[in-house]
Amino acid sequence: MAETITIRLKVNGVEKEVAVKPNERLLDVLREKFYINSVKAGCLRGECGICTVIMNGRLVKSCLVLAPEADGAEILTVEGLSRPGKPSVVQRAFIEKFGFQCGFCTPAFIMAAYWIVENMPNASEEEIKEILNSMICRCTGYKQIIEAIKYAIELKKQA
Amino acid sequence: MKAYKYVGKPIPRQDVSKVFGDAIYAYDVKLPGMLYAKLVGSTYAHARIKRIDYSKALKVPGVIKVFTGEDFPFKVGIYAADRDVLARGKVLYYGHPVAGVVAETPEAAEEAAELIEVEYEPLEPVLTIEDALRPDAPLIHEHMEEYRHASFIYPRPGTNIANYLKLRKGNVKKGFEEADVVVEGEYREPLISHAYMENWVGIARVLSDGTVEIWSSHQSPFAVRHLLAASLGLPIGKVVVHHTFIGGGFGGKAGLLLEHIPVLFSMKLGGRPVRLELNREENFLFMAQRAGYLFKMKTGATKDGKLIAHYGEYYLDAGAYADYTVNIGRSVGFVPTGPYEVPNIHVDSITVYTNKVPTTAFRGFGMQEMHFAFEQQIEQLAEKLGMDPLEFRLKNAIVPGKSYLPTQVRVREDAGDPAGTMKRAAELISWGKKPEKPGEPWKFRGIGIASFWKGPVQPPNAASSAIVKVNEDGSVDVLVGTGEMGQGTIYALAQIVAEELGIPVEKVRVAPIRSTDSVAYTWQTVGSRGLFSEGQALMRALDDLKNQMKEIAARVFNVFKDEIEIKDGKACVKGKPWECISLAEMALGYTLPNGNAIHGPLIGRGSHVPSQTTYLDPETGRGEPKPFMTFGTSAVEVEVDLLNMRVRVLKAVTVLDTPVINPGLALGQAYGGAVMGISIALNEELKLTKDGRLLNPNFTDYKVARAGDIPVEMVAEFLGVGQKNAPYGAKGVGELTMIAWPAAIANAIYNAIGVRIKKLPITPDNLLEAIKEQRPELLKELDKYLLGGE
Repeated sequence: MAETITIRLKVNGVEKEVAVKPNERLLDVLREKFYINSVKAGCLRGECGICTVIMNGRLVKSCLVLAPEADGAEILTVEGLSRPGKPSVVQRAFIEKFGFQCGFCTPAFIMAAYWIVENMPNASEEEIKEILNSMICRCTGYKQIIEAIKYAIELKKQA
Repeated sequence: MKAYKYVGKPIPRQDVSKVFGDAIYAYDVKLPGMLYAKLVGSTYAHARIKRIDYSKALKVPGVIKVFTGEDFPFKVGIYAADRDVLARGKVLYYGHPVAGVVAETPEAAEEAAELIEVEYEPLEPVLTIEDALRPDAPLIHEHMEEYRHASFIYPRPGTNIANYLKLRKGNVKKGFEEADVVVEGEYREPLISHAYMENWVGIARVLSDGTVEIWSSHQSPFAVRHLLAASLGLPIGKVVVHHTFIGGGFGGKAGLLLEHIPVLFSMKLGGRPVRLELNREENFLFMAQRAGYLFKMKTGATKDGKLIAHYGEYYLDAGAYADYTVNIGRSVGFVPTGPYEVPNIHVDSITVYTNKVPTTAFRGFGMQEMHFAFEQQIEQLAEKLGMDPLEFRLKNAIVPGKSYLPTQVRVREDAGDPAGTMKRAAELISWGKKPEKPGEPWKFRGIGIASFWKGPVQPPNAASSAIVKVNEDGSVDVLVGTGEMGQGTIYALAQIVAEELGIPVEKVRVAPIRSTDSVAYTWQTVGSRGLFSEGQALMRALDDLKNQMKEIAARVFNVFKDEIEIKDGKACVKGKPWECISLAEMALGYTLPNGNAIHGPLIGRGSHVPSQTTYLDPETGRGEPKPFMTFGTSAVEVEVDLLNMRVRVLKAVTVLDTPVINPGLALGQAYGGAVMGISIALNEELKLTKDGRLLNPNFTDYKVARAGDIPVEMVAEFLGVGQKNAPYGAKGVGELTMIAWPAAIANAIYNAIGVRIKKLPITPDNLLEAIKEQRPELLKELDKYLLGGE
């Protein structure tokens, strides 16, 4: 497994070629080669969802994506949602609605929220919960996260 | 409550770095030249270690060293120092670390760990409380008499009893003679996991001057420092613990976790940084979890509805190390009943070693478990008396200023409003109104209520302190040792600073990364004590600061100090709002017109100890254990579906008596506590095989609540009844929000189908078992709706 292959990734708009081992996880490539701090490992088997990012417009668990599978992909993480001092509507909503506590799962929930706001602007509460079911937050009880997502949808509509 | 500008307002948290992805957790910390450690866990629950062969491991390229238990011949711990660094002589639970590899890369460490061969001689594992207490039970700790322990812990060497607490109030024999109704019951809860999202991680190094530094995922930086120094014989001033954000704790990261392991490895490797990061499975196996419980209770009341006597035998299944759990055994022992006055009590609380994963603190510190049992006793007594359970509760509720605690001391007059929470929760759940019957005949709805109380369980000298520093722009840095694990206490403290000084809350900063050598001391971030304890220290620090501001202004304006007032971040002559000096102008002292500078930098300091708490009498438990208690009541409406034996919580209501500093944060605790409590009630259990192997060390098989599992409606209210010495009256809420759910759900299930639930979790299997025992006719009825039925 010592051999490496080269893949090309566009992460938050920045395109780069990196050498990866064939069995490397996208999660580790993002953290170690693209210096993406927000993506965290929770279980490394797709159960907790706290490593969720958007890949080619879809929500994926980056611990379940092997680096070669991501060759040529566009990845979006919370680092790509905002500029310093200028939060995206989703981030603003999480801040104003107390949508986070310890924060360890927060980047993943924000990416799910962003995906919902972009793709399901008329999402019902049940539909929001269904998307969020693939990830775990042990602190919040989800209520303020759901409230933040509904609020973000409103903010987006107003904008 | 008086209207304030910042206190009582839902001001957004300061730690927005968490939503931008730049928050730093221990998990994110990397040091140059860092080595990676990996632990090897035992494959037996109880066995002698015959031989450890790590010769193959040492041949793996990149492996630096393999350690075993014999390298570290001493014990570590907080209340009962019963923990080996790595197993010595025997393994005491499945997963017990027997060896540790240190290598240049995580891959090399992992590969080497798999090559370590351990030969065991299996011993009989002790896996239940009953087995542990058998007179002929194998001894798990054979040299318990040698263990260091806190003075208030009473272990019984020669047995598997780690702590034995006695609580005696009044005359329980006489009490039962006077009782007209008596209810007896046995209640059980299994071992469960905190399941916080950030697995434990620690990175340690030793500097050339002997300074030991550690970054780790912990709740209480000063407890880590103290226990590292005490356990390893290090000078405490040379131990520096760095507190980053932490990805959840819930008690599971209180005290000392595994910090000593990377520290010791680093010490033996010339001080090179060593990182030990657990994966999820390891976190289930190596980290302490929550104890299991068995409560045997007998409670009596008189026919006029007064509680008269309570007898209890409480057992905690503490697993292989009871280090922290012995103190939880105390907690349930000296608060053995709900928030009611019971004149005669006799309780023994016994913490027992078994060959299971070690256990530690968990949100609520035994109170969720005790109330699960006691709040069902209450309902059964009310039923026997033919009384409404709410009325029965109100009749017996603690009356501040009048009632006496189980530990025989009088409840302070401003302790809170237990009865108020009962009434309000009842209103919010429409008490007395039977919920509508769902259309499907196999579904039943019921409502249930449970009241509770809790205060911090801490030594009488559990101290706090706070420092406030003023910067040249008039902004303020707050230096406190309170851990930030999501609860946001430090941001509530920032609101208090803004309120007291009259400055915008944006100008108050609590640094996200803090170290024990540069912030003020705090005993621990546990027990919902932070806001109350550090809050009081902070109020004193602010008084100190304001006093200095007044001194400076009095000199400058040539008036007496009492003629100065602090307003809007300025010290002004009363009645002359144009004669003021701002915080910015006096941050570094003040320069008089002639060039003389006075006072120097402004820095306020304040301290707190729970000065009226005491040790408890070893024979009776008499004494003042707590500086405050928060009172509350939770209520639920549930739907029981007999076709799939599932219970759904439709509505969850919590009412706490205390005022809160930040309702956004407090509601976050309330909702989070409710969902965690419901998850514990319905799903959570660490499952073992017959020989003690953990079956579900992952989130597929250890089920925690997800978004789809939450109640349709969640309501939380805070009555605003404060305690006078608390900052703005505010007592703790973090744990309180999750205490009563299993009890309330069990009571609601009884209301729905007339079946008492005495064992958690209320899984379909356990519910079916309870129905078969208590109301088999419900199942017959069900046949009608099944295939081949009517």
